[in-house]
Amino acid sequence: MTLALWIALGSALGGSARFMLADLSMRMGPQAFPWDTLAVNTLGSLLIGVVAALSATGGRFVVSSRWRQFWMTGVCGGFTTFSIFSVQSLALLQTNLWLGLLNLLATATLCLLAVWVGWHWGSRLDRTTTEVNG
Amino acid sequence: MSQYWLNIFAVAAGSALGGVLRYWVSTAVQHQAEKWRAWRGFPWGTLVVNVTGAILAGLLIGLSVRLAAWSAELQLLLLIGFCGSYTTVSSFALQTLALGRSGNWLGVAANLLGSLLLCLLGVYLGRTLAGVWL
Repeated sequence: MTLALWIALGSALGGSARFMLADLSMRMGPQAFPWDTLAVNTLGSLLIGVVAALSATGGRFVVSSRWRQFWMTGVCGGFTTFSIFSVQSLALLQTNLWLGLLNLLATATLCLLAVWVGWHWGSRLDRTTTEVNG
Repeated sequence: MSQYWLNIFAVAAGSALGGVLRYWVSTAVQHQAEKWRAWRGFPWGTLVVNVTGAILAGLLIGLSVRLAAWSAELQLLLLIGFCGSYTTVSSFALQTLALGRSGNWLGVAANLLGSLLLCLLGVYLGRTLAGVWL
């Protein structure tokens, strides 16, 4: 039960941060391209890669599953969104096919690249710490 | 309380619920898929939450005019908070990376294309359903 509460807290924080960014982008005027969603999805993918590598079993950082779930399932999961990305992509595809396809391609490429980069950073940090401490 | 903070509170509340439900649904689906030995290692749980979340988001978009007239805060809670947080790009990206690291390139392609296509279809289905109801 406490695990669910930690995930709820992490998701509330992640979702609020996503909304604040979307709100900020809206205040800058109407956007032809959903930059805000692309940015949160890329940043969230980078963060989950770092946390996953740092907290992997056998690594230097021994963390509780609660801490891992708070960051990965909670914060990163709440910050990133597949549904709003899909809503915006379908709307774009129907009004401007090329911009819609660009959003699909950019999201897929940047998020996969980000999680890969994040994983490498996390793994390197994990190893560096091992050398320093071990 | 200013309108801004009221909006954030609505998003946070929806996100907390969405995040916990995502954890429960994806864990239950993944558990069932492993029991059925359905393509071991494939992230069925995340695919199911993303597609069901896309259908719900499509429904809410289709009903948005009516919903916004009723309560703009409820719309934020359901769409940006709940749907936004119930679905995830970060776990999707991490699991796609894991499929690639294990050399399952067919899995990478299936997860990537399957998620994109099914979620776009899901939004379309939800929007169409909402149109039938209205």
